Amino acid sequence: MKLITAIVKPFKLDDVREALSDIGVSGVTVTEVKGFGRQKGHTELYRGAEYVVDFLPKAKIEVAVGESLVDLAVEAITKAANTGKIGDGKIFVTNLEQVVRIRTGETGDEAL
Amino acid sequence: MKQLLSTFILFTLLSFAGFSYAEPDAAVQTTTLATPAEPAAVAIPAATPAEVAAPVAAPTPTVNKGDTAWVMISTVLVILMVIPGLALFYGGMVRAKNMLSVLMQVFVIFSMMAILWAVYGYSVAFTEGNAFFGGLGKMFLSGITPDSMAATFSKGVYIPEYIYVAFQLTFAAITPALIIGAFAERVKFSAILLFMLLWFTFAYLPMAHMVWYWAGPDAYTDAAAAETAGATAGFLFQKGALDFAGGTVVHINAGIAGLVGCLVVGKRIGYKKESLAPHSVTMTMIGASLLWVGWFGFNVGSNLEANGLAALVFVNTLLATAAATLAWVAAEWLMRGKPSMLGGASGAIAGLVAITPACGWSGPMGAVFLGLVAGAVCFWSVTSLKSMLGYDDSLDAFGVHGIGGMIGALGTAVVASPALGGTGVWDYVGNTVAEYNMLAQLTSQAWGVGMAVIWSGAVAFVAFKVVDMLIGLRVTEDVEREGLDVSEHGETAYHL
Repeated sequence: MKLITAIVKPFKLDDVREALSDIGVSGVTVTEVKGFGRQKGHTELYRGAEYVVDFLPKAKIEVAVGESLVDLAVEAITKAANTGKIGDGKIFVTNLEQVVRIRTGETGDEAL
Repeated sequence: MKQLLSTFILFTLLSFAGFSYAEPDAAVQTTTLATPAEPAAVAIPAATPAEVAAPVAAPTPTVNKGDTAWVMISTVLVILMVIPGLALFYGGMVRAKNMLSVLMQVFVIFSMMAILWAVYGYSVAFTEGNAFFGGLGKMFLSGITPDSMAATFSKGVYIPEYIYVAFQLTFAAITPALIIGAFAERVKFSAILLFMLLWFTFAYLPMAHMVWYWAGPDAYTDAAAAETAGATAGFLFQKGALDFAGGTVVHINAGIAGLVGCLVVGKRIGYKKESLAPHSVTMTMIGASLLWVGWFGFNVGSNLEANGLAALVFVNTLLATAAATLAWVAAEWLMRGKPSMLGGASGAIAGLVAITPACGWSGPMGAVFLGLVAGAVCFWSVTSLKSMLGYDDSLDAFGVHGIGGMIGALGTAVVASPALGGTGVWDYVGNTVAEYNMLAQLTSQAWGVGMAVIWSGAVAFVAFKVVDMLIGLRVTEDVEREGLDVSEHGETAYHL
């Protein structure tokens, strides 16, 4: 099992959710986050006082999948979230040791 | 975009030049406008030939229901300016952690000044005393009854004194509230209240008395009577300084106190290092709009009568504000690349401030001119002057109210000129528009500005020092970091 963490542009969130649904992913967790990368921030000007806004809003998607779906899911997110411009985000894939469905107590692949 | 903007400005200037050709007509119109305000003088034919030189016998004082209704509505409108208008305008510009502190300061200052006004403020400002302070005869509003009358600007026309008390109360309440913008986000609530008590007593009341106290038009029957009556008026009234709705009394007065305040208190932690950006320009826009609406009560209500001159004041207030909004936004667009909502809101307030002293004497195109100047100069003062001088006037109480007030007070001498479409100054002895001398008027206006700057500056400095010694002005660094809402008031503005 793998945990896929994707940081994407907020307005791409719906596209990513649809793409994941299409390949059979049954649930994701989404968080509104801020961060910086190669896409620089912007400046805001209030009555002559200039503030550089370094941290830009992004959507963080966490999805746990079985081994069979990892490549498909990564590909789906990459396609759906791509605009070709700096700031499209990143995908991190990490090993997942255990998953438990709280309601039933199921574990492992059955809990996904 | 810049090109488009330049074309627009050029067009505006050209049309403005076109209007100025038409202004001699406007002068004639405004002169005739003033005449209906003097019906009592015409209505008394009983003068004997010996009295022809002084044709105005004492008219019977009457209260006009229309005037009364208008001043009542105006009073409510000025309350709308303070709470919620000013509170939201300022509140939106601070960080979220200080939102309630600003709302609370405005709300409580308003209430406190209202009570002080009834206890001794009205008496000290608006009864006869010396040229600087009035008397204590109407403390606790004693002696005022539903039948008491207050003079307007027309002979024989009065309004109930109670509503005059209430109307002037709102002015006394908004002025101290304006000051807090200069040192928002870092001063103790208790220190602010104590300062306001001192400043109201020793700066607001004498300024109001100096500028606005006079015996009323009925006392000006002939040259000798005018001299006697004139000698009882306030210091700046005697100097001939014109201030229709409070350019010196309210705006320069508060602006200077604010400047002194932010110099004495010092800068906010993180000034020019951390982001101190406004937490909600939306709130600021709502506040500015409420101020704009309420200002019709402030300016037009100051006419005390619902007549033709009131209508002129209305139009002036509308046009100057619109012009200043455009001027600020245009200046910002050209100099900084983007027109901002905060700039639009700030420009509107700058225009309102500048037209305040002039609104009863300016013609409509004079108001547009004053607005354009105020919008551009106040933009410069908050973006460049403040940085150059390095003080932290958090919400630009000085940059907008102080500077805008000075532009308005001095500009009044220009736009009041009948040759430039103004109404000129009414001569209550001759019952006609007096000969207008712009240079002499400018000198009178300079007296007003100078007096407000020195008096308010000195009182504010001493009052801040006294408060600092007694309870300390500034909150601790921890409190300032945590925000005044939680630490001073025990609550949070937003639970999201």
